[in-house]
This record gives sequence, C-alpha cells and structure tokens, in this order.
Amino acid sequence: MIQTILAISLSLYIIAILLALYRIIRGPSMPDRVVALDMIGVNLISAVAVFSVALGTHAFLEVILIVGILAFISTIALARFVERGEIVEHDPDR
Amino acid sequence: MIQIVEYAGVLLILLGGIMAVISAFGILRLPDVYTRSHAATKSSTLAVLLSLSGTFIYFWASENFISVRLLLGITFVFLTAPVAGHLITRAAYRSRVKLADSSTEDALEEVLRKTEEKMDDMLDDLTEDDTDPDQPRK
Repeated sequence: MIQTILAISLSLYIIAILLALYRIIRGPSMPDRVVALDMIGVNLISAVAVFSVALGTHAFLEVILIVGILAFISTIALARFVERGEIVEHDPDR
Repeated sequence: MIQIVEYAGVLLILLGGIMAVISAFGILRLPDVYTRSHAATKSSTLAVLLSLSGTFIYFWASENFISVRLLLGITFVFLTAPVAGHLITRAAYRSRVKLADSSTEDALEEVLRKTEEKMDDMLDDLTEDDTDPDQPRK
C-alpha cells in the first residue's frame, strides 16, 4: 500500500518535471526558462526524498541538500546573467 | 500506532505530488513570466515542504530516526525559494520582458522611468563638468 502511494507520487513529480521541461523548450523569453529550471530543481529535491522513502535508506538525504544549494546558486547566477549580461563583475572602479 | 503515523507521512508526500502537478499546470497555463513565477515559487515550495516533512515523519515513525539533514533541507528550501523567485522576476522586469496583454496596470514602470531620467541628468551634469571649455585639459 505504502509502495503504491509512493509510486503514484513519484510519477506525479515526474509529470510535473515533464510539464516544466515543456516550458523550458517552449518558453518565449529567457526568464521563463530560468523559472522553469528552478521549478525542476525543487521538484527534483522532492523526488529524491520520495525515492529514499521508497528504498528505505538514509543514503540519499545529503543529495537533497546538495541539489537545493546547486539549484539556488544556479538560479541566482542565471538571474544576474539575464539582468546584466555578466555574472562576476570585473569593473575595478566600483 | 506506528503504521498510522507512517501512513500520515506517505499521505503528506502524495499531497506534495498533487501540489507539484498543480503548480506545473500553473507554469503551463499562466500568460506571462510574472504570473508564472507565482506558480513556480509559491505552490512549488509548498509541494517540496509537504514531501520533505512527509519523509521526515516517515523516517521518524518507522526507524525512530530524526534526520537533521532533512530539517536543514526544509529550512533551506523555505528560505531560498522566495529569494530566487524575487531575483528572477526582477531580472525579467529589468530586461524588459513584456507583461501579458490582459494586465491592466504597471505601477513600477513610471517610478523606474523617473529614476532613470534623474540618473541620466546626473550623468549629463558630470560629463559637462568634465568637458568644461574654459579650463584646459590636463
């Protein structure tokens, strides 16, 4: 019973990731794609959590933290790139 | 008793999955990037919070294991998802992504235009000082 519910919720997360992937391919502007990428990262975190419950191990719980940090940093870097055209500013006069 | 708590955790995970699909439909159906960022940040954060707390409750009930990493993950996602959403929406507005046709008012546009005009005037004053014809260039 528990395994069935876990399989259903895992497939729900996969559906959500696929819908966000459609928005990445289709998205009319660059920020659309970044928003959808951020959402894929967040859904990936939940999918890893469901996976570790389904397998009954604690081994994947670090993956949650790492994926969360990577998704946050990459979203911030892409936002700076969209806004200013560069990520790390080299201007010495600032 | 333990089994009831396990079922509660798994049902939280299922609720999180349903919320994730709802927010994915939001990201498909809403008209522009600003409304889409609502779907992507708010309901998606709720989905990940539900599923992570469901995992936490499940491990607590079944193996009597309190995972600090899961708690850290919950607080981290809860702190960073709104910040990331705000940053990307701000970048979208600054890079002049159009609003949807059905939106009626843009209160920020006038303020931003006035500030840019003020900045341009200040820049003009500065450049005028630099190229003053009475003083010889060094």
